[in-house]
Amino acid sequence: MRWEALGLALAGAAVAAGLAGFGPRTILARLAPLNLFMALVVLIVPLTTPGTPIAVLGPWEYSREGLQVAAAVALKGNAIVLAIMALVASMDPIVLGHALHHLGIPEKLVHLMLFSVRYFEVLRREYLRLAAAVKVRGFRPRMSRHTYRTYGYLVGMLLVRSLDRSERIVAAMKCRGFRGRFYLLDHFALTRRDLGFAVATAAFFALVAWVEWT
Amino acid sequence: MDVNEPLISMSSVSFAYEPSRPVLAGLDLELAPNERVGLVGPNGSGKSTILALLVGLLRPSAGQIRIFGKVRAAEADFREVRGRVGLLFQDSDDQLFCPTVAEDVAFGPLNLGMPRDRVRQIVAETLQSLGLEGYEDRMTYRLSGGEKRLVALATVLAMQPEVLLLDEPTAGLDEEATARVIEILARLPLAMLLISHQREILDRLTHRTCRLANGRLWPVLACGGGTPPA
Repeated sequence: MRWEALGLALAGAAVAAGLAGFGPRTILARLAPLNLFMALVVLIVPLTTPGTPIAVLGPWEYSREGLQVAAAVALKGNAIVLAIMALVASMDPIVLGHALHHLGIPEKLVHLMLFSVRYFEVLRREYLRLAAAVKVRGFRPRMSRHTYRTYGYLVGMLLVRSLDRSERIVAAMKCRGFRGRFYLLDHFALTRRDLGFAVATAAFFALVAWVEWT
Repeated sequence: MDVNEPLISMSSVSFAYEPSRPVLAGLDLELAPNERVGLVGPNGSGKSTILALLVGLLRPSAGQIRIFGKVRAAEADFREVRGRVGLLFQDSDDQLFCPTVAEDVAFGPLNLGMPRDRVRQIVAETLQSLGLEGYEDRMTYRLSGGEKRLVALATVLAMQPEVLLLDEPTAGLDEEATARVIEILARLPLAMLLISHQREILDRLTHRTCRLANGRLWPVLACGGGTPPA
């Protein structure tokens, strides 16, 4: 493993995130939860990896090899999250759904994703209504059978209502001539920018690979 | 089809969700060309059930349904009906399931096998006719209640139906949105079957009203708003 390659990948991902229009504040805010976890990795992994000790903490030894592994994991994690942020999270979920469809992802999965996007908010509101109904009658969660049963009813009712709603949606779709196939109105067109992006990305990957293996 | 024949006729139709509690029991209903009929009745009396039967979402346990001059009994019969009879659902969230307005309005015409260019044109025209220009790329779930109802109506009208079935088209809307929906419905040159609890809406939009009680329809005394076509 070459540190230069890892650093290059991280820098590339950071540049991509910047180009995607994320400001430094947003980027740091989104990386924060990941790095909280990474801090734990850096703290613990060197203790459990055998190797040259560099520090002794009571009965535990910090190994150099362990620290290297932990640092590599942290760098990789950050690079991956930055790249996903820049390339996937910046996209409208609907565009993502259509793109997945064109990439040959099974239709059922694409529809599942698109319906989730559409109905997440509806179900959340349904849940909030139910939760409010419980609250206005004086319910306060405690460690008690009553609490567990109430949550059980809440989740159960949400499932029943969702099922009902899905049946009404299928009915609405049938009314409009649905026969099991979705037709997409929009089609993507390959533009000069796409080609440019593809070439630049391929060149960058080649550079990272070259740094890693030579 | 004979010009004088009703668009829709239900004769002696019965239906029950549970055998022990019949909802419709020997119901008769006729809708003439260009006629607008209001349906009233208590909650749970089966008004929405009538509309669901007419587009084949439910099947009657007895009786006959004729639409556009043909007896409709099997799923295949109703596929043709659904292209020509538009049903507006009570809850627009059930009806709008595509992410964007344009896709939702296009869904029906695309299912009918129309070419994409024609569909785009229909989407633009339908939205324009409802005063929804520029809504094409709006997310359906971020619309207000009134906007949702109008977009749902657009998805129905984009199929270019000959009959409209409206299940409480103004339920849950504020005064302004209600006025707008009524205004639009009054302008449409279509036969309608309309469920509503609001007297003034029925007066404004329908030629006659029927009350659903004990599983059958009973005429309600003439309520203004015009006379039935000859």
